[in-house]
Amino acid sequence: MHAPTLTESVLALSATSSSAEEVRLASHSLGAGLRQLDLSIPDAHCGGCISSIESALSALAFVPKARVNLTARRVSCIYQEEIDGRATDPSEILAAIGAAGYRAHVFTPTAPETDRIRNQLLLALGVSGFAAANIMLLSVSVWSGADAATRDMFHWISAMIAAPALVYAGRFFFKSAWSALKRGRTNMDVPISLAVTLSYAVSLWETMHHGEHAWFDASVSLLFFLLIGRTLDHAMREKARAAINGLARLAPRGALLMIPDGSRRYIAVEEIAVGDNISIAAGERIPVDGMIISGESDVDLSIVTGESSPLAVAAGSAVNSGAMNLTGSLVLRATKVARDSLLSEIIGLMEAAEGGRARYRRVADRAAALYSPAVHLLALASFLAWGLLGGDWKQAMLVAVAVLIITCPCALGLAVPVVQVVAAGELFRRGIMVKDGSALERLAETDIVAFDKTGTLTMGHPRLVRTEATDAGDAAIAPALAAHSRHPLSQALVRDMEIVSSVAFDRITEIPGGGLEAWSGPDVYRLGNRAFACGTGLTPAADSPFSEVVLSKNDADLARFLFDDTLRPGAASAVRQLATTGLETLMISGDRQTVVDNTAQALGIDRAMGALAPKQKVEECRKLSTEGHRVLMVGDGINDAPALAAAHVSMAPATASDIGRQAADLVFFHERLDAVPEAIAVARRSASLIRQNFALAIGYNVLAVPIAIAGLATPLIAAVAMSTSSIIVVTNALRLNAFGKRPPLRTKARAGGNPEVKTA
Amino acid sequence: MNMLIYLIPIALLMGGIGLLAFLWSLKSGQYDDLEGAAWRILTEDETDRKKS
Repeated sequence: MHAPTLTESVLALSATSSSAEEVRLASHSLGAGLRQLDLSIPDAHCGGCISSIESALSALAFVPKARVNLTARRVSCIYQEEIDGRATDPSEILAAIGAAGYRAHVFTPTAPETDRIRNQLLLALGVSGFAAANIMLLSVSVWSGADAATRDMFHWISAMIAAPALVYAGRFFFKSAWSALKRGRTNMDVPISLAVTLSYAVSLWETMHHGEHAWFDASVSLLFFLLIGRTLDHAMREKARAAINGLARLAPRGALLMIPDGSRRYIAVEEIAVGDNISIAAGERIPVDGMIISGESDVDLSIVTGESSPLAVAAGSAVNSGAMNLTGSLVLRATKVARDSLLSEIIGLMEAAEGGRARYRRVADRAAALYSPAVHLLALASFLAWGLLGGDWKQAMLVAVAVLIITCPCALGLAVPVVQVVAAGELFRRGIMVKDGSALERLAETDIVAFDKTGTLTMGHPRLVRTEATDAGDAAIAPALAAHSRHPLSQALVRDMEIVSSVAFDRITEIPGGGLEAWSGPDVYRLGNRAFACGTGLTPAADSPFSEVVLSKNDADLARFLFDDTLRPGAASAVRQLATTGLETLMISGDRQTVVDNTAQALGIDRAMGALAPKQKVEECRKLSTEGHRVLMVGDGINDAPALAAAHVSMAPATASDIGRQAADLVFFHERLDAVPEAIAVARRSASLIRQNFALAIGYNVLAVPIAIAGLATPLIAAVAMSTSSIIVVTNALRLNAFGKRPPLRTKARAGGNPEVKTA
Repeated sequence: MNMLIYLIPIALLMGGIGLLAFLWSLKSGQYDDLEGAAWRILTEDETDRKKS
């Protein structure tokens, strides 16, 4: 294993480690020499993107079919395994998408493509809608005065349409109600099921006895309205989940195994056994925990620990899975298999933390706990009262059923999902994904915001903050040298300084774990850490908040460059806005305390805690919640994932690690941190709309219930009352859209395009 | 009254056809990418891009 030359390591990085084997491993066979590859394209957002991606792909000779799914932000691409007897290279597909200007990421779909439950709900919705429309037409004829025989026939036809529709479309409610009753509890589905079945039974009985009133239309349209709410609730959850799952997967999918006979084979991560030797090129992520047996490099641990400056490693160092290998090739001996590695340990920690969140009861469930007993008592009371006082038990039964139908939580069933779907749509337009409705409810309750540092408040890209040099001309050599390296600090140097150098280099090599070495005639220039550049054993002061790079000529230092992390755009204004809305801010980071303090000071965050292990972050969240706070955790790294799961509610940027995104309730796509106060504003607004909707639904009951108890609720009045209340609730929920037109929490910072860079 | 004996089955049949059409469209995956479908009507005829 020779040390890579400069060009090799650059090439390894630019290929973004998607080899033909890896892509082939990710695709599945369709038979007849065809394979299907699913890629996620987070940048696709409009019709132009669809056509440019699809035409770029169909330009490839071996791709007969490619179709973009814009909702899931994916492209499924069918390709031929071989064409004219030669094996095709599926990584060209990624290259073609890249050339069209989009990022493409390989992913394995975890769930089957089509959403089965959604289809079942839609089918049920179609069936109940069909039944409701037909029965309603017949009912209108009855209401407008169809006489005895005709009325009976219409009632019988209605009964025959309603029966299969109730069984088919009502099964969601019946199942849920039954499982709640079995456990001795009650939920919103209990009064629904009771109202639907009782009203059907009573209507059938009335029809058989040539009665005047039948409530077939009410029981079916009730189901129809309630299914709308249920479908919306489900669709919102699935939409966000599909998009979040479809984003880049940072966990490596496979690695190059070195077989003792000298050959190499690409194998899946799960197949790596303890003691296997794995080759890791520069730019690849380390798949399993292991020990380095040869090679030197810098590894970026930011996604694992939150530490922002790269760490030099050499033979004998232990490395964790998830770390990014930056500068040199490494040979690693696996010390743990993938499922025992750090990543899995953190997933275990997360699962333990998620228990608390599962206990959260959604607003609708809390309302149901109060609502259903009240409704049942009311129906029972009117039944007994009419029976005992009037002596007519049949009439008493009819009144009780009318009470059940009128109070059936139609508006309540719609009240919450409609608001949450509108709010989720509003947030989606602003680049924020919400995983489910309860996340919005929890977000509205937040009173303290805890931020992670690297990757969340800062971008994880270093930025040159200070140059110390006796001669400006000498300092200008550094970017000319740095242009030859992909190390994050070198790239920052090139970005932030102009390349004006007269020195011509004969040969440049990158020394992994050290820096760059260049020969210019008899002189040797070195750019890297102090120990490497000046040949001394001196290390920079560990408490410095900045990363340091030294340029030397023949072991004498010429210039010193200090770097700091770039703040995420909008970070300072986001913190200010949170403060003005009365939210406390806090920083919990795995980075060094001095670095953390420095960032906290620049942003105006009062409390900052550094050097926290993933477990300590979880404990911090727990401590705050036992003090009665509701914590919003904003973080991105693998190390934040357990805390994201433990917090009351959590947010992560789209650039976060896979595990981080899975753990977070909300994911924001834009770079700006303004997403946090925006999401809180929308969540609070939707919480107040939900409260208004509850008030409207209860107000409707206060008006309608006396009519039902008085025995005046004919099927016509029941149908009108039910539809009106649902329409009012939906209309009220749509007011949230007007809210988007006048953003209340945003400040002028955005309009100014303030670059928000930090001064040292 | 006699008319109803024809008209009601006809009405139900037509409604039923509509329902079947909906079920078919659902099964054939036409609701899988609503957002993409909204944009696709704006692009040129898809057959232009297909290869032989």
